Amino acid sequence: MNQSPSSQPGSDGAGFDLSQFHAIFFEEAGENLANMEGLLLDVDIDAPDDEQLNAIFRCAHSIKGGAATFGFADVVELTHVMEALLDRLRRHELVPTSAMVDTLLESGDALRALLGRHRDQGDEELDFGELVDRIRVLTEGAAATAGAQVAASAEPAPRAEAPAPAVAGAAPVSGKRRLAARIGPLARAAIADQLVELFHDIPGLGEIEPADAGELDDGGYRHFSIVTETPDEELLDLFAFHVDRSQVSLRLADEGPDGAHATGEGAEAHADGWGLFEGPAKQGAAGTRVEPAGAAPSGDTTADAASGASRPPAAPPGGAGSGRRADRATRDASTLRVSVEKVDQLINIVGELVITQAMLAQTGRDLDPIVHQQMMSCLVDLERNTRLLQESVMAIRMIPMALVFNRFPRMLRDLTAKLGKRVELQTVGEATELDKGMVEKITDPLTHLVRNAADHGIEMPEDRIAAGKNPVGRITLSAQHRGGSILIEVQDDGRGLGRERILAKARERGIPVSDSMSDGEVFALVFEPGFSTASEVTDVSGRGVGMDVVRRNIQSLGGSVEIDSAEGYGTRVSVRLPLTLAIMDGMSVGVSTETYIVPLGSVVESINLEPSMIRSVGGVNQILEVRDEFLPVVSLQDFFAVPRAEESARGNSTVIVVEAEGQRVALLVDELIGQHQVVVKNLEANYRKVPGISGATIMGDGRVALILDVAHLVRRARH
Amino acid sequence: MAAILAVDDSASIRQMVSFTLRSAGHEVIEAVDGEDAVEKLRDHAVDVVLTDQNMPRMDGLTLVRTLRAREDCRHLPILILTTESSDAMKEMGREAGATGWLVKPFDPERLINVIDTVMSR
Repeated sequence: MNQSPSSQPGSDGAGFDLSQFHAIFFEEAGENLANMEGLLLDVDIDAPDDEQLNAIFRCAHSIKGGAATFGFADVVELTHVMEALLDRLRRHELVPTSAMVDTLLESGDALRALLGRHRDQGDEELDFGELVDRIRVLTEGAAATAGAQVAASAEPAPRAEAPAPAVAGAAPVSGKRRLAARIGPLARAAIADQLVELFHDIPGLGEIEPADAGELDDGGYRHFSIVTETPDEELLDLFAFHVDRSQVSLRLADEGPDGAHATGEGAEAHADGWGLFEGPAKQGAAGTRVEPAGAAPSGDTTADAASGASRPPAAPPGGAGSGRRADRATRDASTLRVSVEKVDQLINIVGELVITQAMLAQTGRDLDPIVHQQMMSCLVDLERNTRLLQESVMAIRMIPMALVFNRFPRMLRDLTAKLGKRVELQTVGEATELDKGMVEKITDPLTHLVRNAADHGIEMPEDRIAAGKNPVGRITLSAQHRGGSILIEVQDDGRGLGRERILAKARERGIPVSDSMSDGEVFALVFEPGFSTASEVTDVSGRGVGMDVVRRNIQSLGGSVEIDSAEGYGTRVSVRLPLTLAIMDGMSVGVSTETYIVPLGSVVESINLEPSMIRSVGGVNQILEVRDEFLPVVSLQDFFAVPRAEESARGNSTVIVVEAEGQRVALLVDELIGQHQVVVKNLEANYRKVPGISGATIMGDGRVALILDVAHLVRRARH
Repeated sequence: MAAILAVDDSASIRQMVSFTLRSAGHEVIEAVDGEDAVEKLRDHAVDVVLTDQNMPRMDGLTLVRTLRAREDCRHLPILILTTESSDAMKEMGREAGATGWLVKPFDPERLINVIDTVMSR
């Protein structure tokens, strides 16, 4: 691309390296794009909301401004034509159509790609020329029948920010005259050369010569000097073959400096894009400094009808993320952007602090409280402050579920179009917060569940009508806090799960079932590996991922998932997750000299063992009889080969019944020590992956306790 | 050495302007839109206002009008940032009472020159 040096990313005007601001711009642009997409999906073609159209315009405009400032000309070109279309839409000069929304959504994707390439310094060719042309075509479309109202209606947004009408106010329309033409912004200087060709090709059109050196100026513009008798309008029509109307600016060039862009009387203009208005009252002068007097801001800022932007933002539509729009200005003013690594490191250090504090507390217990009264009192304070610190730091990483829900409107729109179904998405509780690490891991499973609901749950419109239902199906995504966990549900009003069908299919797959299974157990069969087959998994639901992987992923996060359904009415999948991965409630158990932690969420009960309760089967496996149920027994001592110095009365005398993946197992340990909240440390990162162990922690006595991977133990025991 | 109020809803542009002008020895106060700008004027002494046009809550032109209606801001130099040197926009800027305009994109050097010129009048 032919860009003038100072507009290339990362280069300077005389010693300024602007690339340090690029990262922020990319983030901002990403937010604007997300915002724009949400708004576009919300647009009601038949009754478009003015405030929405304005907001969409502002998103594109904002991206353009930043891209222009930092020299990303390809982004400028695309946003420029988008802006032209959006501007006509918000002025009611065009009626919004589904094609326009789709094209704008596509443009959003294109912008993401272009920005991504700039950010990652990629070198693939990205050419969106065809998209740009399509947008131009849409922009030139027939004016709305409501167009007659345009002149009369009090159009809120200032006309000024629109691509300007090409012809200046007072210039005569025809007669031999000299014009100064400014063309741009352009991605390549050579585009404007084609205008020179026009004058060669068409006799009598006039004369044109470049008023620049053939290169784009700082703003991406070319300048020409034209002598012609042809009326401006005709010139513009001809130029439109090569450049957009909005990229052409014609000015009567008087005996002003060549290439200068005179702006009419009373202004001191500079060729390089800035100027000051004449007039004594307007001039800055020494001594015009405004001191903070605490003076009240003048009048009623919302009374200014000429500026739509000062109207209070419209109530946010139901889509995710839109509620944040209204607060963005205030949020901007009082938030910090902090890198995730910094926050993670902070959490790590606080975790270490918690462990040290626990050790101090432990040591303190051995001291005489009277002698060390002062220190004991400090230790109490320390414990409280440490706990508060930990809670505050964990709260930093909490982000609203809206960020997860955000992607679904677009995904569903594309998906239902492909499937020929009609689905309405409803989200509840977007403001519910979840740890950032969890959010990243829950996104894929949730996506699978939503896809399932749309693909297998919601019926085709004809079938729904035949069943007496609304042809538009509904999927509801909800998130809420429930007693120390977060509960996320995906509910659809589709065909529901058929008990008999599932039992039959399970038998086909060789999965052991019985007719006496409860509905809950039958529905849970859907999670069995191998339940859904290739013939069932459509191209849309996933590459054979399967509900078993979904459940495993959720469980690896320390969560659980259940299905409930009513045939003919719908299905609801409930996912329960802990609020964070970094801290866990656990039950500590002793085996010989070792301590293990059992995640509290998987503990069913603990039992003091009587020898008669355990039986051997086949001489090897042991089973435990508990209230008419037989559970496999896993001896932790055997499983982990824990050395035991001598047999003691305490050895292997307690059983903890645990549950994972719908199955129960009895863990054989020496004793139940206690229940604590532990800071989870990653074992794999510090040592290696150990089967049966999901993490580690440091106890108050400074020793390491390993955290059990209950799902793994259950799986091993049941085979 | 001037105190400049930079008004723009884009953080990257605000930061770029701040960095540039501070490197030239000026003091910069940032505001995210017109309303925020008016707030900031309550607590800071300001020599020049540099404002974007398209911002939520209160846009650039409205800010200019609001300030010009105040006795203490009548002669305060206010520059409007525009993305094209659209003449209509300049007209509106002039009508609203702005001191001048600056076209985006501008390079840092130009920004410093403009501020210097305005301050020396």
